[in-house]
Amino acid sequence: MFATQVYGDNGKMKEYHYTGPVEHRFSPYSFNGGTVLAVAGEDFAIVASDTRLSEGYSIHSRDSPKCYKLTDTTVIGCSGFHGDCLTLTKIIDARLKMYKHSNNKCMTSGAIAAMLSTILYGRRFFPYYVYNIIGGLDEEGKGAVYSFDPVGSYQRDTYKAGGSASAMLQPLLDNQIGFKNMEGVQHLPLSQEKAVQLVKDVFISAAERDVYTGDALRICIVTKDGIKEETVPLRKD
Amino acid sequence: MNSILTACSDGDGPERKIQFLHGTTTLAFKFQHGVIVAVDSRATAGAYIASQTVKKVIEINPYLLGTMAGGAADCSFWERLLARQCRVYELRNKERISVAAASKLLANMVYQYKGMGLSMGTMVCGWDKTGPGLYYVDSEGNRVCGDLFAVGSGSMYAYGIVDSGLKQKDLTVEEACDLGCRAIYQATYRDAYSGGQVNLYHVHSEGWNRVSQSDVLMLHQQYQAEKA
Repeated sequence: MFATQVYGDNGKMKEYHYTGPVEHRFSPYSFNGGTVLAVAGEDFAIVASDTRLSEGYSIHSRDSPKCYKLTDTTVIGCSGFHGDCLTLTKIIDARLKMYKHSNNKCMTSGAIAAMLSTILYGRRFFPYYVYNIIGGLDEEGKGAVYSFDPVGSYQRDTYKAGGSASAMLQPLLDNQIGFKNMEGVQHLPLSQEKAVQLVKDVFISAAERDVYTGDALRICIVTKDGIKEETVPLRKD
Repeated sequence: MNSILTACSDGDGPERKIQFLHGTTTLAFKFQHGVIVAVDSRATAGAYIASQTVKKVIEINPYLLGTMAGGAADCSFWERLLARQCRVYELRNKERISVAAASKLLANMVYQYKGMGLSMGTMVCGWDKTGPGLYYVDSEGNRVCGDLFAVGSGSMYAYGIVDSGLKQKDLTVEEACDLGCRAIYQATYRDAYSGGQVNLYHVHSEGWNRVSQSDVLMLHQQYQAEKA
């Protein structure tokens, strides 16, 4: 479908009954919505995403998760423009295979993150419109989360939300996991059960207030025993 | 290709424009005992604070530091490439690269992309045979040697503090570190796009070492208490 989108001066989509001439422009990008979240624990990592694929006022699919398994210890969440998400994950898979063949071992989470940074920067002047978050276990078996911007700037975090509802989720995570803006509170380490429950609660809140987030929540829990997937229904409206 | 880019990245495009991470306040100054490098740690994507824990000092090698201001990806990518070039120089010439040469390599690398939209304002700081070295390099093609630089949206506020603090000659290491810390703190106080933590590094003849990482909120309480 051509992404000739009709936009007014203020950047919002125009109403159906427009009152004046409008310039149509081809845009190679389109915004398909979706929210991704990753949390790193002591010996686990969680990558979660909603499964709604939208464009403008329509929903293309209610079952399009944004978490992709890369290796037994790493999962990536990609949200933004779905076309670029698909291509990017294909390229990452190919590069993982090439590394495995040349070096006779699987790529570690840190190595995948560094590689993704250069892949994204390679398109500095025509970027992949994708907000990536990698979640996995590092070489010591501890949880690791790496968050990226569309052109490859990245850093390791404990938790990060990306995508359309990121601005709603991130402050809640800052408070609950980072203990920000709370005084006199004991900083307890995050258990896996508590983290999973927090992720579910946080997405339920996001689905309430963000139109692009909803339908279902796919959670991937990465531990040394492998990757476990869980699906939780969300608001479908 | 060019027209597609201008259509999507600039002007009034769709509400969800691609947002890259921008900064910041960074500063560096030479003094009697080397170079002090102080930076904040906030990264913004438009009006959203994408992170409060960004490492804006890039450790090129054990005796060279680079700072990050402007586009986060641009700075970290090109400085990582610079680290590689510096290592190649070391292997070829069997001696460490000078700060002047390292900054020149970086300046020449980005000059080829002048006008294409890179956004990078960095300071290359180190200690070589000629003593402490401090160069400012940016994506416009500027490369200047100096004793004091502050780069980023909060730079003007930082200059005010450091200029007045450097008037007294012969600072001790501790005084210089306090000055750098204070300057960044004041910049985060007044500049909306700077904040998070203050990361402080000291470059001396043996190399660099990380002096401190202080949360701006803690510094605020500390300075308020000192005032009283």
